[in-house]
Amino acid sequence: MSAKTYICRCEDVTLAEVQQMLKDGAQTMEEIKRLSRCTMGPCQGRICRILLAQEIAKNSSRNVTEIDVPTYRAPGKPIKLGLIACGEEDA
Amino acid sequence: MQSTEIAIIGGGPAGMCAAQAAAEQGARVTLIDRGKQLGGQLVKQTHRFFGSEYEYAGIRGIHIANILEDAVRKLDNIEIKIDSTVLAIYGDGVITIEEGENYKKLTSKKTIISTGASEKMLVFTNNDLPGVYGAGAVQTLMNEHGVIPGENVLMIGAGNIGLIVSYQLIQAGVKVAAVIEAAPQFGGYHVHAAKIKRIGVPILTSHTIKEAIGKEFVEGAVICRLDANWKQIAGTEKKLDVDVICLAVGLSPLVELLWHAGCQMKYVPQPGGYVALRDRDLQTTVPGIYIAGDASGVEEASSAMIEGKIAGLSAAEALGYNKNASHMKAKYMEEINILRAGNVGKKVREGLKMLAV
Ligand SMILES: Cc1cc2nc3c(=O)[nH]c(=O)nc-3n(C[C@H](O)[C@H](O)[C@H](O)COP(=O)(O)OP(=O)(O)OC[C@H]3O[C@@H](n4cnc5c(N)ncnc54)[C@H](O)[C@@H]3O)c2cc1C
Repeated sequence: MSAKTYICRCEDVTLAEVQQMLKDGAQTMEEIKRLSRCTMGPCQGRICRILLAQEIAKNSSRNVTEIDVPTYRAPGKPIKLGLIACGEEDA
Repeated sequence: MQSTEIAIIGGGPAGMCAAQAAAEQGARVTLIDRGKQLGGQLVKQTHRFFGSEYEYAGIRGIHIANILEDAVRKLDNIEIKIDSTVLAIYGDGVITIEEGENYKKLTSKKTIISTGASEKMLVFTNNDLPGVYGAGAVQTLMNEHGVIPGENVLMIGAGNIGLIVSYQLIQAGVKVAAVIEAAPQFGGYHVHAAKIKRIGVPILTSHTIKEAIGKEFVEGAVICRLDANWKQIAGTEKKLDVDVICLAVGLSPLVELLWHAGCQMKYVPQPGGYVALRDRDLQTTVPGIYIAGDASGVEEASSAMIEGKIAGLSAAEALGYNKNASHMKAKYMEEINILRAGNVGKKVREGLKMLAV
């Protein structure tokens, strides 16, 4: 295994890959998310979202407060499809 | 579909205090936690707590959890759901829950979100190697499951969590090679630092981790010194033979349910990241959704408990219950202001200023 520095450990997105996307013109978290699935793994970005925002801010000499972050989507954690497929008895 | 008057998500100190306060006003409460037991962070705290004497300072965390749980279980208008993870809050107010192996829906008139916080990660080479842990994860492993993470630990971060977990590792028979801290001074209390210094563990300030070494798992770590501008100083690298790298570099509030609900959020560094705007009653910009504890901004157990009481009273009051509620709320607000006074509370006060609506 060669040495790598990860931003998103769920989806294996490295710092080098993020920096390359920014160099290639990506400007927002939404774009990087769509390009790489960064923040879209089992932890749903709870861990990497701030690291990614910091990297975007650094690249554009902005403050993290100015970085536009996408909302979180339901469900908050991975669930088995069978759980929803069965429905609820008392729905 | 089930319904309740007040749904409380998260059964740590904040959620349990909110449940008790609201139920004592007469409201029907559903308290939901994903854990196998109530208590949140308190369950794994074996040390005596700092904080306010009104909130059981001086007592070990685990015992505080028991006191709060007993009070909650005595009230029969509180329904407790454990092993129940809230998955989402939808626009129409429906809360979905993975309850054991079942999928449940719940509606509520008011909702208090007290989900606590999650651990921050650090960017360094090989940061995905097995053996890189959060300090909270190490605590869960040791103090809840009786499993040690390894044999020799490098602790990163000398705030209270880093210092306390280092001591607990040593108590469990694990060696701590060093505690490193990026800032020029350590952030935790002297009592906790003194305890590990006496055992001979060095606390290295102005130091950071550069790289984890290892193929399949952590076999070592390279640390280096930082200059006054927090830049790494070349040539100061040092290799440590450790098999665990433990990160205690701060927490950020667990807020995804607040995003689901459409609460207005803001990035504010002091409380730990993205947090919800709130009014004095701890109500967010979405009417009926309240916050309390670390989920509202990372602080400590004492303030989490008081915030829980304020949010619980506010929600009950908004539903028309009022057994001296406004008077009690005023008392708790005064108490929390005392807790946040002085130098220690400066950071908290600065953060709150940016979050008030
Ligand atoms: C090592 C360490 C030492 C500490 N020492 C002290 C001390 O000495 N004094 C002090 O005052 N404070 C101390 N603290 C801080 C204190 O433990 C926390 O501030 C406090 O526990 C916060 O309470 P809370 O209720 O907001 O969150 P938590 O205690 O984190 O509880 C949150 C609860 O929400 C649940 N939850 C989260 N998401 C969901 C979901 N989607 N569905 C259902 N349930 C959910 C979690 O399972 C958890 O039980 C310490 C913390 C640590 C880590």
